[in-house]
Amino acid sequence: MAKTRKFVRTAAAILLAAGALATTGLLVTAPASAEGRDPAYASARANGTIGEKMDGYLGLVGNASSSLKALVDDLNIRRKASYADRARAQGVTIEEFAFTQGCLLIARTTPGEKYQAPDGSWQTRGSGPARVDPRCPTAS
Amino acid sequence: MNSSKWMARLTCAARGATISGMDRRGARSSGLRMLAIGLGLTAALAGCVNVNAPAEPIVIELNVNIKQEVLYRLVDSAAENIQENPEIF
Repeated sequence: MAKTRKFVRTAAAILLAAGALATTGLLVTAPASAEGRDPAYASARANGTIGEKMDGYLGLVGNASSSLKALVDDLNIRRKASYADRARAQGVTIEEFAFTQGCLLIARTTPGEKYQAPDGSWQTRGSGPARVDPRCPTAS
Repeated sequence: MNSSKWMARLTCAARGATISGMDRRGARSSGLRMLAIGLGLTAALAGCVNVNAPAEPIVIELNVNIKQEVLYRLVDSAAENIQENPEIF
């Protein structure tokens, strides 16, 4: 009797722990820090020299080194390639898909990162939601 | 004939460009008159210039042809794009 109770208690503890781990795993999908970003890119995003533009591409905030410019150009070319594939699959223009992607990317900026507001100015993301273009569809 | 009258005859073959016309000292004052009229007009119109910024935030029309009804069905594909290519986003 005592052994069964002990077994049940241990089993319950293990299940609870597993459940807790699983939930934290699910919750960690949104934050951008988990991605395999280039360290130079990640640090430039964090200190606000690279920002998300509303057209779906990255932009340089203020003056930047030529290596950073090259990095941004490379990332934008790769972004554009992905947009072209998906836009063709959906039957829309690259600009339309890129704009939608921009909406999502701006919405997922972390506080401290720079993004482009609908009036074209660079804004710093605070703890509240980012200001997006009124045409932006919201991620469901 | 003095040389200025010669110059006038040779350089200007236009109809109104008679020697007596070009010799007229009044040619300069008509220029001044035009300038005065121009300035007066500008001064009168200056009150029409609006230097106040609009109250609402300015929205840049990124692409006037992008319509909202097209975009909503692209959201899933865009979210998928971020998942599949995390290093560029």
